[in-house]
Amino acid sequence: MNDLWVISPMLILAGVAGLILLLDLFLPAARKSMLVYLSLLGLGAAILANLAVGHGTRSAFGGAVGIDPLAYFANWILLLSAVLAVLIGQRYLVDLDMEHGEHYALILFATLGGMLMAAGRDLLIVFLGLEVLSLSLYVLAGYRRTDLLSQEAALKYLLLGAFASSFLLYGIALLYGATGTTSLEVLGATLAGRAGGVDLLLILGVGLLGIGLAFKVALVPFHMWTPDVYEGAPSSVTAYMSVAAKAAGFAAVLRIYPQALGTMVSDWAPLFAVLAALTMSIGNIIALAQSNIKRLLAYSGIAHAGYILMGVVASDDFGVASALYYLLAYTFMNLGAFAVLIALREGEREYLSLNDYQGLGHRRPWLGASMALFMLSLAGVPPTAGFLAKVYVFGAAVQAGYLWLAVVAVLNSVVAAFYYLRVIVIMYMREPGAQPAPVSLSPSLALALLLTAWGTLQLGLWPTPVLEMAQESFASLLGV
Amino acid sequence: MLPLLSLTIFTPLLGAILLALIDHREEAAIKAGALIISLITLAAALMLLILFDPGSPLLPFRECVPNAATMWFEECYAWIPQLGIRYHLGLDGISLFLVLLTALLTSLGILVSWSITARVKEFMILILVLEAGMLGVFLALDLFLFYVFWEVTLIPMALLVGIWGHERRVYAAVKFFLYTMAGSVLMLLAILALASLHLSQRGQLSFDLPDLQRLSIDAGTQAWLFLAFGIAFAIKVPLFPLHTWLPDAHVEAPTAGSVLLAGILLKMGAYGFIRFAMTLFPAAALAAVPLMVALALIGILYGALVAWRQADAKRLVAYSSVSHLGFVMLGLFVMNAPGMAGGLLQMVNHGLSTGALFILVGFLYERRHTRAIAEFGGLWKVAPKLSLAFLIVALSSLGLPGLNGFVGEFLILVGTFLHQPLWAAIAATGVILSAVYLLSILRRMIFGALDKPDNVGIADLSPREAVVLATLIALIVLIGVYPGPFLERVEPSVSALLEQVEAAAAAQTLSLTGR
Repeated sequence: MNDLWVISPMLILAGVAGLILLLDLFLPAARKSMLVYLSLLGLGAAILANLAVGHGTRSAFGGAVGIDPLAYFANWILLLSAVLAVLIGQRYLVDLDMEHGEHYALILFATLGGMLMAAGRDLLIVFLGLEVLSLSLYVLAGYRRTDLLSQEAALKYLLLGAFASSFLLYGIALLYGATGTTSLEVLGATLAGRAGGVDLLLILGVGLLGIGLAFKVALVPFHMWTPDVYEGAPSSVTAYMSVAAKAAGFAAVLRIYPQALGTMVSDWAPLFAVLAALTMSIGNIIALAQSNIKRLLAYSGIAHAGYILMGVVASDDFGVASALYYLLAYTFMNLGAFAVLIALREGEREYLSLNDYQGLGHRRPWLGASMALFMLSLAGVPPTAGFLAKVYVFGAAVQAGYLWLAVVAVLNSVVAAFYYLRVIVIMYMREPGAQPAPVSLSPSLALALLLTAWGTLQLGLWPTPVLEMAQESFASLLGV
Repeated sequence: MLPLLSLTIFTPLLGAILLALIDHREEAAIKAGALIISLITLAAALMLLILFDPGSPLLPFRECVPNAATMWFEECYAWIPQLGIRYHLGLDGISLFLVLLTALLTSLGILVSWSITARVKEFMILILVLEAGMLGVFLALDLFLFYVFWEVTLIPMALLVGIWGHERRVYAAVKFFLYTMAGSVLMLLAILALASLHLSQRGQLSFDLPDLQRLSIDAGTQAWLFLAFGIAFAIKVPLFPLHTWLPDAHVEAPTAGSVLLAGILLKMGAYGFIRFAMTLFPAAALAAVPLMVALALIGILYGALVAWRQADAKRLVAYSSVSHLGFVMLGLFVMNAPGMAGGLLQMVNHGLSTGALFILVGFLYERRHTRAIAEFGGLWKVAPKLSLAFLIVALSSLGLPGLNGFVGEFLILVGTFLHQPLWAAIAATGVILSAVYLLSILRRMIFGALDKPDNVGIADLSPREAVVLATLIALIVLIGVYPGPFLERVEPSVSALLEQVEAAAAAQTLSLTGR
């Protein structure tokens, strides 16, 4: 019974997703909107279950999965992003004639997969979670069946993703060959007791595992798929996957590396530091040249993965907490930016060029102000969530002795400020064109905007409860 | 005891929120509301002046360990305890007059912006947010909090320039933003390094200034950290050769933006040097004196010479700021009591007189829609009140005895002379040069023949404009003839600060040679 209780949030999601699929068969087209409420209800129940299970460390199914502060925190991020994605997508799906039950079911399944990744204490469970998440996302990316770009995105994502999965799986196999286990706990103990010397199997295994995960969170040089997939996928799906895939991937990285491979930190941390520097620099520099807001956010997402990776590099209590905090901050500010992006729309036609934002700040003061808030937060300007998150990961890097990485990161944030600022400049300092982009703001989208704006400010001004939660995660990782 | 400092900072912020709720078509109500809010803030700042008494420290208002004996009205709470971040405010003689100046210039800035017609609501909200940020910068004693306020001033100012500015406003706004941001992220890194040092030396994170001042930092680290802080502050001051953003931003900004930019934002850099860079890294600051003085002297002469050659009145005033801020930096970095007191006084003086000059140029621009000096001439005949104000303000700016500029420049020159007579001689050349360009602009714009037909119809000051200028001129004269009340409040803080710097530097040299 304890086993089932620990995974009850996931069970709820699975049950509701199944129910949605079932109901979808019988509901008349006019009443499909009921499914939105059902999926929100399911997510709400999962959030309650997550709260009820709590963040105390417990394991289940013979130690294969478990809940602890890290998983608990990741669950929050994943469930929140799913709620926001459903809110953001509701009217959008109707307008694009895509409101099928599968969409909501797939989002719930993807969330379930992400939660499984975060809770997995065995590499195979992590892999299982990853596949559930990825397969759902592949389908979601191609959800706009009549759109060529969407098809391209799905195929690209599927092919490259499958490739990365096989890397990951091969890495797990090699690790099993080297240590005789896939359990993270046993793996950690085995490695701690290992005599020195180079073990080729081990190194290859860790490396391949890293490549697989790096693909999922889109680190340079495994980021090539991101812009095309982000651009091609329906916007509400892009919003969801930019956040959820990152959160789940980093939750797994944070568990596998600092915990199980913690004794090898001097082997992988410098490598990750180089990856982090590359990721943020390349992401930011290419983002400078973008004129399509969706691609801009895709490259900015790559850059943010670089910042988050700094927390992994530090891999101490600061590092882990800062990476988690960053992920939550990113959830709010990035989903907020996507909510504005989706608001600029009329029927099926989306207005994705930066020039469509001309004069938005004056035409729609509140929408413009919230976009400005999200851009400032993404750029890391106080008093927003993005600022404290940056301070936190930079501080973790400084504290861990990676001063050069911190210098690269702050210089990057100046580069990044330029293109985020450009959005604000366009919104406030340019007059609207002859045919200003229309805005359609549905109630659910407005609610999503309100929630994300609140989160962005709350995490910047009064982050204490969230920080406490984040800071518990590392201690519990060591305690396992 | 009320938390006076918090009230001072949050009044404009609260006011900005209230203004946001007013319908944007109610322009008169918005203007009046903004003015009232800024006047309330000014009243709160005046309360600080009245209650401030260097003889007897007021009981501080705080929850954590008392640590800064030289601070008044202290407030201290845990803000983000997990990271050792506190909400810590305090006021001393150094910040007192800058706070007053901020509150005053904001009120006047709102008054001179009465003529704005485009997007009044957004404009007033930004001015008030900017005011809150500037007040916070001068009052924060926790480095994280300081950095937050520091950055909070950035966005409103960039928007003020970019939305309400002149022809090349977007270019100027982006340049201003990127320059300042580039400087401040390095400072952020240095702040993080300090907190991390505190963690390794004292076992916990802290961003609190008094805590961090007690760290022992070796000379090499001090030099790097001083450099990181120094670049951020030097860009803001701006110190030669980091001044190139300033002429663009000033020229393109709307009048109120120029006034606040020159009057307050530049002072934030100089204030940062005194409050943070000097007290945190005393040894490095002392070692940097020759460099800083040299840059200050170059700035004085360079700014004055470039100002002389300007054809655009606003550009001339902007370059004169480079020169005047060179004086301020010179006074601060000769590291003695007269120099530093003079530097502080000159910060206030520059805020008053350059603020007034920008306002005058702004009034003329509103009347003629040009800033070219050659377009004017003989204004004395058509607008005597405006011309008289221009004359007094220009004379104050060039340091005529009896007006405020003289007192400040004199003290700075005395301090410099005590330190190194040759430098005082070079700096004195700068005083002469400022007379050259200011008298030349007076001659070309105010006096001479009224030979441009467009100038004949120029209206004299309206009552609203007269009030603004009369306030500034009254203060210019007051400080000029009776600087005592100012100096006696500033001096205890200055000497405490100098003692602190010298003692810390001596202790560090001792511990280094002792090893």
